[in-house]
Formats: sequence, structure tokens, C-alpha cells
Amino acid sequence: MAQPLVQMRGIVKKFPGVVANDHVDLDIYAGEIHALLGENGSGKSTIMSVLAGLYKPDAGEILIAGAPFVFGSPREAIAAGVGMVHQHFKLVEPFTVAQNMQLGERRGSFLLSDKGIREEIKKFEQRFGLAVDPDACVWQLSVGEKQRVEIVRMLYRGSNVLILDEPTAVLTPQEATELFVNMKKMAAAGCAVVFITHKMNEVQEVADRVTVLRGGRVSGTMLCREVHAQELVWLMVGREIIMNAERCPRGECGAEIASLDSVQALNDSGRPGLNCVSLSLRSGQIFGIAGVSGNGQKELAEVLTGLRKVTSGSVKFQCKPVTNLSPAELIRRGIGYVPEDRLGMGLVPGLDAVENMLLKSYTHPEFSGRWLINRQAAEAATAKIVLQYNVKLASLTQPVRSMSGGNLQKLLLAREIAGDPKLIVVVYPARGLDVGATESIHKLLMELRDRGTSILLISEDLDELMKLSDRVGVMFGGRIVGNFAIEEVDLEEVGLLMMGLFRNRGEHIHGNGR
Amino acid sequence: MAMAVKFEKRLNPSAAMNLAVPLLSLLAALLVGAVFLALTGRDPGEVYSAMFKGALGSSYGLSETVVKAIPLMLCALGISAAFRMQLWNIGAEGQFYMGAFAASWLPLTFPDLPSLVMLPGMVALGCAAGGLWALAPALLRARWKVNEIITTLMFNYLAILWVDYLVYGPWKDPKGFNFPLSAQFSPAAALPTFGDSRIHVGLVFAILLAILFWILFEKSRWGYEIKVIGASESAARYAGMDIRRNIYLVMFLSGAVCGLAGMTEVSGIAGRLQPGLSPGYGYTAIIVAWLSKLHPAAILIVAVLFGALQVGGFFVQTMGVPASVSSMLQGAVLFFVVGGEFLTKYRIVIGRKEVA
Repeated sequence: MAQPLVQMRGIVKKFPGVVANDHVDLDIYAGEIHALLGENGSGKSTIMSVLAGLYKPDAGEILIAGAPFVFGSPREAIAAGVGMVHQHFKLVEPFTVAQNMQLGERRGSFLLSDKGIREEIKKFEQRFGLAVDPDACVWQLSVGEKQRVEIVRMLYRGSNVLILDEPTAVLTPQEATELFVNMKKMAAAGCAVVFITHKMNEVQEVADRVTVLRGGRVSGTMLCREVHAQELVWLMVGREIIMNAERCPRGECGAEIASLDSVQALNDSGRPGLNCVSLSLRSGQIFGIAGVSGNGQKELAEVLTGLRKVTSGSVKFQCKPVTNLSPAELIRRGIGYVPEDRLGMGLVPGLDAVENMLLKSYTHPEFSGRWLINRQAAEAATAKIVLQYNVKLASLTQPVRSMSGGNLQKLLLAREIAGDPKLIVVVYPARGLDVGATESIHKLLMELRDRGTSILLISEDLDELMKLSDRVGVMFGGRIVGNFAIEEVDLEEVGLLMMGLFRNRGEHIHGNGR
Repeated sequence: MAMAVKFEKRLNPSAAMNLAVPLLSLLAALLVGAVFLALTGRDPGEVYSAMFKGALGSSYGLSETVVKAIPLMLCALGISAAFRMQLWNIGAEGQFYMGAFAASWLPLTFPDLPSLVMLPGMVALGCAAGGLWALAPALLRARWKVNEIITTLMFNYLAILWVDYLVYGPWKDPKGFNFPLSAQFSPAAALPTFGDSRIHVGLVFAILLAILFWILFEKSRWGYEIKVIGASESAARYAGMDIRRNIYLVMFLSGAVCGLAGMTEVSGIAGRLQPGLSPGYGYTAIIVAWLSKLHPAAILIVAVLFGALQVGGFFVQTMGVPASVSSMLQGAVLFFVVGGEFLTKYRIVIGRKEVA
């Protein structure tokens, strides 16, 4: 094969507390579609942001077309022919497509003329089938069209290395198919197309080669036609995890506490977020939900806690229908929630620990009368909880924003436990925490389970799920695509399901089978 | 690495700075005013001392200062209620006028009511009108997320023009030589005053409300909800608080207190409905509320300060200095306070190497 168009050598990128890229080597050839596969936090986006000039690596070098690339800003990257289409589009909504093309444009005269732009846009339409209307305002366009504008903008700037960050996450299946056709045309014309994905079927459908990242390192690069899906899952998740999953002693599983029956709900952009989800949650049981984030986990948590409307189907709690009851009512009935957004939703950064402790209980007779809040009682209760759960903080009366992540999570979980919940929804409880804090959070969850509380544990960390859960469900595309008792869990199968692939039937959940 | 100026967020702004910054910005504003006065060929010291003497040096000046401070206190208290929930009610001026209008309706329609019925009736009407006037933008905000800064501001013009229409039209005093004034209220519609000054019981209203607000915002359940909603809407939703309901309640309360200011002004000072009832109390009160960091006791004190600034401004007109000097000083104070606010929250770091 010829010389790679892009050679990345020994790229190291550190963020405070984590090494996002640990000596990553990556070759990208002209004319290929290269998939980057990996779990969240494996460093895919970081390595591509380095290539696009957004991050400056701590070590390593990049050669583009044989010439060393001087790290600077996206401007240098664009000059070297690298263009990145982000998940969140960088378009100016009130501007027309043509005006967006001109953004950041330094060549040409003082007066802007969009005649040339029109011609170039037309050229791209003819060559790659990337049809965009230069006079349409961006805010009027659909998501798929906006993405096309971004791609055309990169081509217009002369990019021949095109990076697409999870391009299909925001697209409908039809739009995705169209995108793949265009990607193939671009590759055929000599561009290098890199795309970041979580979905196995996309890798098999369009990519020529695939690189798998795990924990910031490359765990393998291979030709797509030579690789099996299983192999990719091993590379992504780590074979040793699949083989030696650690398990904790199980609790006694009791009666059904809550159930969902064919629940549908919309996501934040008004598209279907939950698709016919049925679940049964029992007391003294930890039900783990595995899946790549963005596949309906947030919607599931919010439906159970009353923060999101159910559009059809029903939710039951303690044998009574609770579909679309208010969050306040569900709190009162005993549903606790540790949200993904600890500081901002679960806790208020600007308020002190006492006021944060009161968040769910400020109407309880223990802490308030009809009108006034009993601050002394609240302070005493907070002091007790802080001591009991070993939360480290400077003072009860200081804003909690200065506390560490682990202590914030302990405070949050302690507050929810203090409310004596019958069901608690816990989302990514250990994300971003160090080993010690993770351990104590896990211990708290297991104690809670042993006391008979039903726990819905949403996590991306298979280690965590295997360690804590009694049952594991897998979410993909807003559906529960697998539901296993822990003894029957086959992590390989879970891994495949997370990426939308049924092993037994050998078919994709979305897209055409192969 | 080149010298760089960076702003770092302070985690916990110190209490001393919270006090020092408003005082220093006041000083800086006076300094800027002095430069301006000096440039126009006047002795700043002389003008400032004349302003000071005029506003605070005589019992007349002092009482006039308090008279100007009363509507500022009430409006600023009203504004502070909304601001605590991060609802930017810029409509105090309009709510003031609607309060004045509704309060005037009673003595103009039923001039013979005894004062024991008249005054409570006027208070109730003034509060209700101000509150309802604020409720319309609240509705738009809660239902369709319409920016309340714009709507409350625009509602000011509607209210002012409505009062203008009334006094130039249907409510014009037939015996008033065609001046745009309503008929004089009966004595029963006048708020009692202290001694022979013009200071009326609106001052008592303001002090009582300040105490009530302190309890409400620092000690009460509702105040806690307002605090949480203001600090993080998603946390409030998570805690099961009804955000919409609180937008309505808080905006109504805010508008009602501003409406009360309008009532006390027509009843205690003007004795009739007239255009130009407020020289911008509703706007100055925003500065007062902001300078006071929304603290009720501080609002009372700062309102007196701004009252003095206005009276002093009138006083130095006799020296040929335009009264707008006091408006200019008000503007400068706000300018420096907002700037100073930044410094309490951020620390300026010069030339430290960037940690990559």
C-alpha cells in the first residue's frame, strides 16, 4: 500500500486526572473509510480532536502527506487539509448556507461574493451527491441537511481528510444510508474519511478498516472484511473483563416494586426516545442497564422519576398506576434518583450542604412547619449524615461546588438514602470517581439493596454492572434488546447487543443483515 | 510564554469583598462625576458639599430625601423578589403606574368613602393592579419562554401611556383649566403623614415589607424554593418543585409591591393621578436592588442614599448645575458596581504560565 496520508505517532494527551490518549499510533490512507470504535471515554474523540487541531498533544507527532504537522489551531489543521464535523454542528443558524461557507474564509477580496461559492457547491453536488441549497437559512434545515452543509464546508475549504464524529447519532436510518453512500463517493474520489462510531453494523457496512481504542490505547487495527464482530467486542471491552468479571454476593430478591409496560417516550429533540420498553423491578434487586449512552437510558430514568412524560404505555409503582405523576408525588411515594448530572441537577452548586440536604425533604414536618424551615433541625440532620457516610467537606455552610466529585456523589446518594426510597434510579454513579470513592459508592448501593430497596442501575461500565447487578438489561435504540439474570449473562452477547447486533440470530437490530 | 491576562473564577468570594466592592464603586462613581464637573468648570468639592447639605443638611432636605426614598424602597423590594428567582423584572415602572391608576380609581369614583375604607381599598387595588400587570409577562415566560426582560420593559410604556390617556382624556379634571390632571382626591384618600413633613406611612409599609421579605427569603419554605429555582432550574424540577406556579406567584408579588409604591405616591404625595408621577423610580430601583445584593435591609439604606442623590441634584440646580448630574452619578454607580461584581467573582491573573 502507498504511504499513509496521515501518520499519527505516539500521541499522548493528558487531562487532569486521566490519560485520554496513551501513545496512540494511527495511519489513515487516502481513499479509505476508517472507523474508530470504542466505548465512551476510550479516547476516540480526543485523538480526532488532536488531529483537527483542537487539542495540543503532550507528546507525539503527526505527518500529513509526509510533512510534519505543526500543532496550533484548527486553522493550521484546515490548511493541512483536515476537516472535522462535530456532533454539535458549528453553523451560524440565521445565516444562509453560502454565508456559512464563507465563515473563517481568508482568501478572496474584501468584498464577499458568493458567486464562486455557488459554483463550488454545485460542483460538490455533482461529484458526491451532496445536495445543499446555498440560499437556504441554516435554521430551516433538517439535521441531516445541516450535516451535509458541514461536510460541504469542509470540502470547500479543501479538506481531504474528513473526520465525522458519531455522524449517525443524530440521523434517521434513511439519512444514515444516504450519508454512507456519500462517504463512499468521497473515499472513491481520494479523500480519507474517518468516522467515530459505537455501532457495529456501521463498521461492517461502510468501513474499509477499523481501529479499536480502549482506555486511551489502540487495542487493534484491522481490515473490516477480515474481522469478526466478536473479535471487535473483545478488543473494545477487554477479553480479561469478559473472562474474569468480579461478582458480589447476591441479595434476596423480593416482590415486584415497579414495572413498565410498553412505555414510549420522546427524547429532548422530540424524536422517539423510548420504544416499547417493558421492565419489572423487584425489591432487594439491582437491575443493571447496559448500553452506550444516548440509547434511551436518560429517558428511562426520567420516565420513572416523573421528569419526562410517557406518551403511551404504563408505569406501576407498588401495584398502583403512577404513569405521568408529578416528580413531587413520586418522591413522596418513595422513588429516589441519583441523576447523571450530579452538580446542577442532583445538587445545587451555589447552595450549602444543609440546603442541598433539604432539596427533597424541605416539606417534611421534621424540617419545616407550615411556613418556616427549621434550619437547626436540618443542620443537625446534615451533620449526622455527613458523619455517617464519611462525606468530607470544609463546612456545612459553604457552597458545595468546591467539594470533590466523590464526596458530592456520597452526599447525593446519602440524601437519597435518607429519604428511605423503595426504588432508587442511579445513573452512572461512579463516572469520574477515583477507585476509593467508587468502592464506597458501590458499598452503599449493596447495603441499600440488602435493606430491600429496588435499584435501577444505569451504567456504561460493564465491570460495575457485572459486579453489582442481579439482572442486566441492554438498551439500544430506545429499546431493551436483552434482559438476563446475572448467572446467564454472556458479556460477549451483551457487548454485541450494545452495538445493535444479535448474535444468536446473526442479524443487525437496525440496518440490513449480512 | 507571552504575558497573558486571564480571569480565574474565585470559588468563594469573601465577605469583606462583598462589602468593599459596592463602597469602592460608589467612590469611583463620585470620582468620575468630579472629573466631569471639573471639566465643565465647576469645583466638584463645592458641588458635592452643596448636594450633601441640600439633601441631608436640613430637616426639610432630610424629609424630602426620605420622601424620594419611599417609592425606591418599595420598588426595589418588589424587584428583589423577582431577581431572587432570576426573573428579570424590569417592569417596576409600569407596575408602579398601574398601581397608581387602580388606586386612583377608588377616590375618583367614590369620593365620599371614609378613610378607613378608602385607604385599605386603595392599597388592595394598587397591589392587585401592579401584580396583575406583572402576571402577563410571567404567563408568557412560563408558557412559551418569552424573555421577561423585553416584555416587562415594553409593558412599562403601555402603562405610562395608559395613565397619560386617562389624565388627558376621560379622567381629566373638568375644573382643572385643561391641565392633564385628574381631580384632586378627597382628604380621606390621603395617607397620613408624620408631623408636618411630607413623609407618609408608605415608609412604614416599606419597613414592614423589608422585615417580611427577610423572613420570607431567609427562613421560609417558599423562600427556599425560590432560592433553589433561581440557582438551578433543573435541580428544582428534580426536587419536584412547581416552577411555573412559582413564576406566577413571584412575579405577582413583585408587581404588587411595585403597585403599592404607585398607590403610596398618588395617595401620599400627589393627591391626584398625573403624568410624570415617577421620575423613573422603577428604573432607579433596579440599581438600588442590585447594589443592595437583594438584601431587604440594605435596600432600605441604599434607597435613602439614592433619594439623597436626587434631592441633592435638585438642590444644586440653584447653582446652575443641571439636575441630570444626579442621574449621571446614578449611572456611574451602577456601571462601577457591575464592573466590581466581576472582580468579586473573578481574580485577575497576569502572566502566569498556562498549565497544559
